[in-house]
Amino acid sequence: MSVVFESRFSFTSERRKGERRRQSRASASTAIVPREERQTVGAAAVENPRIRCMDVNVYYGSKQAIKNVSLDIGSHEIVAMIGPSGCGKSTFLRCLNRMNDTIDNCRVTGDIFLDGQNINEQSIDVVPLRAKVGMVFQKPNPFPKSIYENIAFGPRIHGLAQDKTDLDEIVATSLQSAGLWNEVKDQLDQPGTSLSGGQQQRLCIARAIAVNPEVILMDEPCSALDPIATAVIENLMIELCAEYSIVIVTHSMQQAARVSHRTAYFHLGDLIEVGATEHVFMRPMHQLTEDYITGRFG
Amino acid sequence: MQIFALLCILAVMAIASFYLGRQRALAVSGGNIPALNSLPGYYGYYMAFWCALPALCIVVFWLFFESSIVTKIVVSGLPDAAAALPKPQLDLVLNEIVNLAQKNTAAEQASPEIAAAAQHYSRIKTISGMTLFVLTITLGIGGAVFARSRIHVHQRARNKVEGTILVFLIVCSTIAIFTTLGIVLSVLFEAIRFFQMVPVTDFLLGLEWSPQTAIRPDQVGSSGAFGAVPLFSGTMLVSVIAMTVAVPVGLMTAIYLSEYASPSVRARSKPLLEILAGIPTVVYGFFAALTVAPLIRGWGESLGLSVSSESALAAGIVMGIMIIPFVSSLSDDAINAVPQSLRDGAYALGATQSETIKKVIIPAALPGIVGGILLAVSRAIGETMIVVMAAGLAANLTANPLESVTTVTVQIVTLLVGDQEFDSPKTLAAFALGMVLFAVTLALNVIALYIVRKYRERYE
Repeated sequence: MSVVFESRFSFTSERRKGERRRQSRASASTAIVPREERQTVGAAAVENPRIRCMDVNVYYGSKQAIKNVSLDIGSHEIVAMIGPSGCGKSTFLRCLNRMNDTIDNCRVTGDIFLDGQNINEQSIDVVPLRAKVGMVFQKPNPFPKSIYENIAFGPRIHGLAQDKTDLDEIVATSLQSAGLWNEVKDQLDQPGTSLSGGQQQRLCIARAIAVNPEVILMDEPCSALDPIATAVIENLMIELCAEYSIVIVTHSMQQAARVSHRTAYFHLGDLIEVGATEHVFMRPMHQLTEDYITGRFG
Repeated sequence: MQIFALLCILAVMAIASFYLGRQRALAVSGGNIPALNSLPGYYGYYMAFWCALPALCIVVFWLFFESSIVTKIVVSGLPDAAAALPKPQLDLVLNEIVNLAQKNTAAEQASPEIAAAAQHYSRIKTISGMTLFVLTITLGIGGAVFARSRIHVHQRARNKVEGTILVFLIVCSTIAIFTTLGIVLSVLFEAIRFFQMVPVTDFLLGLEWSPQTAIRPDQVGSSGAFGAVPLFSGTMLVSVIAMTVAVPVGLMTAIYLSEYASPSVRARSKPLLEILAGIPTVVYGFFAALTVAPLIRGWGESLGLSVSSESALAAGIVMGIMIIPFVSSLSDDAINAVPQSLRDGAYALGATQSETIKKVIIPAALPGIVGGILLAVSRAIGETMIVVMAAGLAANLTANPLESVTTVTVQIVTLLVGDQEFDSPKTLAAFALGMVLFAVTLALNVIALYIVRKYRERYE
């Protein structure tokens, strides 16, 4: 446990990773739930959740991509969602800010409560919802505008700034929170696309922060970045969780172990296991989780 | 006819050598195809090419130079008095000889010298034809035999055949380039002749256009006036009206079809738009002249405006309708080229679809859209049939869309319709106008392609 806990704040060296891997192998005997069982094991619910999902199902046409998933996202915590490709973790993430609406034949059922309001109802206006639940994508996608305009876009459409000074203030604080201010403060009029990949991704994080969200969803935010840029973003996530709840989808188990408080393991549309990150990685309760984190498949 | 027969024989020989080459390759390999460097078919092609191509080259060469060489020989055979004639008259005599030889004119009317020359001409033609025939067949057989003798197991027939095809492709692509070059040069030279008669400044800056020159110098209006400004202004006026119609409608169409329309609507309405692009311009022309122009005139009259029956407005509106599919399909391409990730990014910030389109997609697609619009402008400027039928012929220098104007293309048509003499500025003016038109549309296309290319670099 102490290994994982430490690694959340400092970056795990190769030696430590190996050590943890060995420990989780050694703990294989703790896995008790057999592979065939699809009920979620672990603690899916938390006290005072920011987001509470109950029996969420997602269908693409007739194909079911998410099956009866219930999961809570607490305040000021980082939840990592891991699992093999195609297991539905990105689909589930996109339910949380209704991004699945943009996909034609996609249908979501179940209840998702954000601050006591069911955001999966058709009557909900997605505009304020998406301001509350920001999103960062796999590939950095800055708009082909200046750095300043990239950040100012959100506050402008939501009317967050009274005047130019206000807007400047928002842009500056957002860039500061995203740790990008010192690098770009003298070139705010340069196109956002001229930045490096890691800087672009932090620009996208700043863009999401600028509209004052409660939750930030991150869909494999580091998979297009090099290790150094990844480290910077991971540090940033740990800083940001003091103010926001963060849900991150990742393919890297090391990353999940380094940054997250809780980890959810998805398998073919089922939420198999969820719990404190150190428990999931060191004493998985489900055989499928055990198989995945020890690299037996996925 | 003779040439056609020759080419048929050559084709049969080439096909035969293909099969012979294949057989030869199979025989050389002893039935063991993998031992061959290339598949047997390639040896067939190799032999067929050797059979046909050198012979074809000779035929082409012959066709190019035969007539001038034969003429030379005939002229040298003429009596000295005839051979010393100046060129135009010599040409007439030669024409007579050729006509007589081809039995287009009756032999009784011809003078004995001409008749003798015609006989001489026919004889030389026959000899030339025979020579070509023998030469071609010999070369064909010779090539095939040579190629057959070279077929062996290690011969790289595939590389040679593919190399030959590459050369063929290069020749094809240069044909288009040289044709363009030829057109440009011919227009350029005629335009230069025009500018020797009419100063460039008069042409480009003159305000009066009346190209009709009198036959006798003492007639009224003998000089003609070649100030092209009214034509340029007319062209501009019609194009501006056309773009005012086409750009908003086309752009909105593109936005609706690419962003809002459901796939089934898109699947049905896109082909309908393409139909609009497929209507012949002459049909648009009489639609403009017979339907739209009287309609506008009627409206104008009910409002108390005087509208001429051939107005810039009618031509411009119909031309705009014609260009709509052009603008909409190019804008559609530009909008579709904007990556989905940008849309997702905007939606994830809480932007509505309309805000996403206005603030993210259109700005991102703008270079492509502008490029498309510039291409459409160059089409509008070069469009002929609609304006010929609906815009009129009077070269009015006016900005009033209700009056009749004329355009560069209309004047080119009227200058070149009917009998022409290629030494009068009236006819040559068409080439000068063509030159200007070409320069403008070329510049627009270059700018448009430059913008589009710059835009593409951003996402690739």
